Amino acid sequence: MNSPNSFRTQPDERGHFGQFGGRYVAETLMPLVLDLEREYRKAQADPAFQAEFDDLLEHYVGRPSPLYFAPRLTEELGGAQVWFKRDELNHTGAHKINNCIGQILLAIRMGKTRIIAETGAGQHGVATATVCARFGLPCVIYMGAEDVKRQSPNVFRMKLLGAEVIPVTSGGATLKDAMNEGLRDWVANVHDTFYIIGTAAGPHPYPEMVRNFQSVIGKEARAQMLARTGRLPDLLVAAIGGGSNALGLFHPFLDDPGVKMLGVEAAGHGLDGDEHAASLLGGSPGVLHGNRTYLLQDEDGQITEGHSISAGLDYPGIGPEHAWLKESGRVDYTAVTDAEALDAFQLLCATEGIIPALEPSHAIAAVKKVAPTMPKDSIILANLCGRGDKDIFTVAERLGVEL
Amino acid sequence: MTRLSTTFAQPRPALVCFITAGDGDTAANLDALVEAGADVIELGMPFTDPMADGPAIQSANLRSLGAGTTTADVLRYATDFRARHPQVPLVLMGYANPMVRRGPEWFAEAAAAAGVDGVICVDIPPEEDDALGPALRAKGIAPIRLATPTTDAARLPQVLEGSQGFLYYVSVAGITGKQQAQIESIEANVARIKQSSDLPVAVGFGVRTPEQAAAIAKVADGVVVGSALVEICGEYGAEAPAKLRELTSALAAAVHGARQEQAA
Ligand SMILES: Cc1ncc(COP(=O)(O)O)c(C=O)c1O
Repeated sequence: MNSPNSFRTQPDERGHFGQFGGRYVAETLMPLVLDLEREYRKAQADPAFQAEFDDLLEHYVGRPSPLYFAPRLTEELGGAQVWFKRDELNHTGAHKINNCIGQILLAIRMGKTRIIAETGAGQHGVATATVCARFGLPCVIYMGAEDVKRQSPNVFRMKLLGAEVIPVTSGGATLKDAMNEGLRDWVANVHDTFYIIGTAAGPHPYPEMVRNFQSVIGKEARAQMLARTGRLPDLLVAAIGGGSNALGLFHPFLDDPGVKMLGVEAAGHGLDGDEHAASLLGGSPGVLHGNRTYLLQDEDGQITEGHSISAGLDYPGIGPEHAWLKESGRVDYTAVTDAEALDAFQLLCATEGIIPALEPSHAIAAVKKVAPTMPKDSIILANLCGRGDKDIFTVAERLGVEL
Repeated sequence: MTRLSTTFAQPRPALVCFITAGDGDTAANLDALVEAGADVIELGMPFTDPMADGPAIQSANLRSLGAGTTTADVLRYATDFRARHPQVPLVLMGYANPMVRRGPEWFAEAAAAAGVDGVICVDIPPEEDDALGPALRAKGIAPIRLATPTTDAARLPQVLEGSQGFLYYVSVAGITGKQQAQIESIEANVARIKQSSDLPVAVGFGVRTPEQAAAIAKVADGVVVGSALVEICGEYGAEAPAKLRELTSALAAAVHGARQEQAA
């Protein structure tokens, strides 16, 4: 593929990132996604909307998040300097809230009075329930029944925040099924309901809109890195479920040719079997949840269940912009296993006094592999997109510890 | 004349019956529908993620996939149906991913070889239909589009462009299943569509009883019944054909006689 002049001008006006993306939805939803796009364009052009977004990010979420040099981890790995963008310090403990603030402001602007969302790990559900409480809107969260079991602390958090959590039992009862149920609810309640999608996937304009709201991560990081070191990082690393934290970090750097980027998928028990959630490395292009992208699927186009120790990465698709960035060669993608992520989780606890979520533990595992191969004056910037409080039960179980 | 246009050229309204392929004894179930008076068969291609369907059809999809149904099986059901019922129009209904997995041309070719007359793809709107629709038309298969209560006047021409066979009017903004639309709203919307198009209009979603079917048949060219039939397949297993025959006969009588009653 020829390199485009800019990697930051996607998608086109139909929501296509090359051959990916688009609006593959039932006719009932089509007028809604078109309306959403019109309203989003108006909001984008309205300085008051941006000002309110910025204000909430600063005073409610706690932005800018710190840019942190990790000295002991760097020493331990013995190569490149390792830096972290500390989005785990955000209110609610992950990057998900950035997007939720943006979308709820849009919902209010559109006069919608009811909010729905899907969630996997529960982080997006918690972030959505949080903004709904903040703005006094009723909130329904769809969550796979399996995930309700795996992530019970987050279920309780959502309920404390006033959300109704509906366990979804269809299919494999995980994130993709929750997303199906969210789309079904939306189709049936189009007049008053806004669907806050939690990652850079779904029909256009969601992938672009979520990316733009999350781009605050990369914009801050770029300015912070220049201010602190006078230069840009050599490598960006981020974990990928649907791809929103990764795009949030990567997008503002896409036209900096010296900055390499590495997206890290969940290899679960390994890419050689079926028990993984690596759509780009172990999947193929298809159509699901409103867009054309890489999917885990069988030869008949039936979607197969992802697996990852991390509920937030356990999605059989990936945002369409990543599919395009992979094919264009601008971003490299790799995958790390459950076991590697678990090691990295413990490594960060021990070296830096930070308990990361299992999702960014995948990014840290990739850093652990590449840092030693890079010179000591080079800089890796990884997205620490969530904190690990929600995961301590899963980790304890894996480590054979009874709580 | 195609099988679909011949059917809709009859003076009486048409009964369109939906079941999911591979959910029970598909051949026996289809025969029961036809023998009891179904005019058009809609055969659902099972998909793991039937986003526009309610619980009844979701379960049917999962039962079928759980029984190991493949795309090749669905095409075989179609081929065998065509051999047994040379005149009855057969429409495949499903989601984009299984249809485009081996390429739209492959699917159009295979469906044509199986004697399929039309294809309804739920999640390819006109905006994204630059491959499947043309491939189907090139093989003489009608791409059947959906219009909904949210399809406004500005959008309708785009939906109609390239549509063939009939237009499927989804009477409720929602998923397949139990909700029902007001007959006044159906009548107004069908009239609106007919002003812009010569295509026959069939109305579906939420139609369960002969009474409902008769009311719709008075104002539309066809009535689609799905969930009520699919529930029978789920509940009765081997006994399903007899139960399908019962309901379908009642529906067919109601639909076919709807306008006579009106005239009387
Ligand atoms: C902390 C955290 N990181 C990452 C993800 C994955 O999502 P994305 O790839 O959109 O950032 C999740 C999803 O729940 C999450 O909770």
